[in-house]
Amino acid sequence: MFILIVGCGRVGSSVARSMLSEGHEVSCLDEDPESHTRLEVGLDQGWEDLGGRFTVGTGLETDALVAAGIEKADAFIASTNGDNTNIVISQIAQRRYEVPTVIARILDPLRAEWYRHQGLNTVCPTRVAIDMLESAVREGARREVA
Amino acid sequence: MYIIVVGAGKVGWNLARELLEKSHEVTVIESNRRRYLTVEQELEHNVLYGDASELWVLERAGIQRAELVIAVTGDDEDNMLICQVAREKYDVERIIARVNNPRNRPHFDLLGVKPSVSATDLILRLLEHEVPEYGLVHLLDLQEEQLEIIEMLLGKDSRVTGRRVGDLSMPEGSLLISVLRNGKGFVPGPDTVLEPGDEVLAVLDPGREDDLKELFGPAAGGNGAG
Repeated sequence: MFILIVGCGRVGSSVARSMLSEGHEVSCLDEDPESHTRLEVGLDQGWEDLGGRFTVGTGLETDALVAAGIEKADAFIASTNGDNTNIVISQIAQRRYEVPTVIARILDPLRAEWYRHQGLNTVCPTRVAIDMLESAVREGARREVA
Repeated sequence: MYIIVVGAGKVGWNLARELLEKSHEVTVIESNRRRYLTVEQELEHNVLYGDASELWVLERAGIQRAELVIAVTGDDEDNMLICQVAREKYDVERIIARVNNPRNRPHFDLLGVKPSVSATDLILRLLEHEVPEYGLVHLLDLQEEQLEIIEMLLGKDSRVTGRRVGDLSMPEGSLLISVLRNGKGFVPGPDTVLEPGDEVLAVLDPGREDDLKELFGPAAGGNGAG
């Protein structure tokens, strides 16, 4: 599978490394050239040597998306640090380039939910944190009673 | 009409001021605290502090009953998504979005955010307007209706000056709708005789520009391909 990841921060780069090690073709797009370094954290070989791709640019530039290979992507992950950017570029991937699997990271739970209803595959880390915290508190309360 | 303006920059603030003067009900949403405090001194309760990208902020502004949402922040992604949510989630009838970077316009279209307004495009049009004879100026593109309205200035050597409008063989899919002469406009009849210096307005199907340019342009010189 060919996976395009836009936004190569802690989340994007970790997913990129895992997918590459599982044998997928992985291409990363990030506006900061330095984020290439983050991709190679914990690797004993260079990112390109392992078959990975890296392009500098933003997800709003169609030229950059094409250079990063969006036209033949099977999966698209929007994991920049901006909700708005992720929502916009994942819709571009879905509507304009018809990428079969599009996943957007959206921190704002309300919008993550609404866009999920609109047919976008959204992952909301805030929602996950809320759920985990709540169940941790309930767990603690239960132990207190016991 | 109840109107929500997002962004209290120069554009948003002045827009709000004009709309209030025209007796509309207006709420301006501004996410920068300092800017909000400045604008609030004049617009008072018509300004709301908050990030309009957040749904609950829009709801607090009363988006459910808004008839028009105008997004004029300096951030294209904000403008796009605020308008998208306004229309698709809250069924706001009319939206207007500002495009800061003209290269983002295709994204606005893709998300169904129309109409969108870009200052760069407007200035380019004005520049086009200064272009001399036979340069064809696009005045209006009716994309949905697949029509455009163009303007042309007739020179002394135009093929059509001195001729009756009724005698012109206008290309199929085009229609002469008005003539501007000495600063006055009128609708030409079949007996109207075109003069050098006339500015003519025509409505046409897209793609007919070249036919019109040929008809209204200068008569062919004798040195062409013989």
